[in-house]
Amino acid sequence: MKKQAHTLFHAAAALAALALVAAPASAQRDPAYQAARTAGQVGEKMDGYLGAVGSVPADVDKMLKDLNIKRKAVYTQGAQGAGVSVEEFAFGAGCKNIRDTAPGEKYQAPDGTWKTRAAGQAPQRDARCP
Amino acid sequence: MKSPKLTFPEGPTHKASMEIFHMGLPGGMKALLLVAGLVALGGCITIKAPEDKIVIELNINIKQEVLYKIENQVQDTIEQNQGIF
Repeated sequence: MKKQAHTLFHAAAALAALALVAAPASAQRDPAYQAARTAGQVGEKMDGYLGAVGSVPADVDKMLKDLNIKRKAVYTQGAQGAGVSVEEFAFGAGCKNIRDTAPGEKYQAPDGTWKTRAAGQAPQRDARCP
Repeated sequence: MKSPKLTFPEGPTHKASMEIFHMGLPGGMKALLLVAGLVALGGCITIKAPEDKIVIELNINIKQEVLYKIENQVQDTIEQNQGIF
C-alpha cells in the first residue's frame, strides 16, 4: 500500500515537472520579440526561420538566432513525427508563418526580397504552399 | 643470351618508354601495346556536350504533395509553441 502511494506521488511529480517544462513553449510571444516584429526588424522567411531585415541591433540579432534554434528543435521533432525531412517540415511552417503575419510585419517573398504585409491582402507565397 | 633478372633490373628506374619493346614480351603483347598507344594518340574517343541546356532546379526536394500531407501537423506544432512563432 505504501509502495503504491509512493508510485502515485512519483507519477504526480513527473506530471508536474512536464507541465513546468512544457509551459514556456506554449506561452505567448516575448514582448521584445513582438516589438521587433512590429518594428519590421525581423521577418518570416520562406524556409520557416526568422531573418533580420537589414542591419539590426546585436540584441535583436541574438534574440532571433535564439528563436531559430528553438524553432529548429521543434521542426526536427515535428519532422520525425510526420516522417518527412526537417527542411520540408520547416518549409511547411514557413508557409503558415508568412500567412499569419500581421499587417506591417515583414516576410520573404518567393523572389527572396522582404515585403511588408499589407492589411486585407494575402502575402506573396511560394506556389507549393497549401 | 637472356638474363633471368630482366623484368626488374637494379639501377635507375626511369627509362625511355620505347624500351618496353625490347623487353622479353611475346609478339602479340607488343602488337596490343602498339594498338593501345595508337588509339590513345589518335584521340578516337570523342565526347559531345548535350545540346539541351542543363537546368538545375533548386528546392526540388520539397514537393507540394508533402506540404499538403503535413499541413495539419505543422499547424499543431506551431499552435503548441506559440512563444517562438
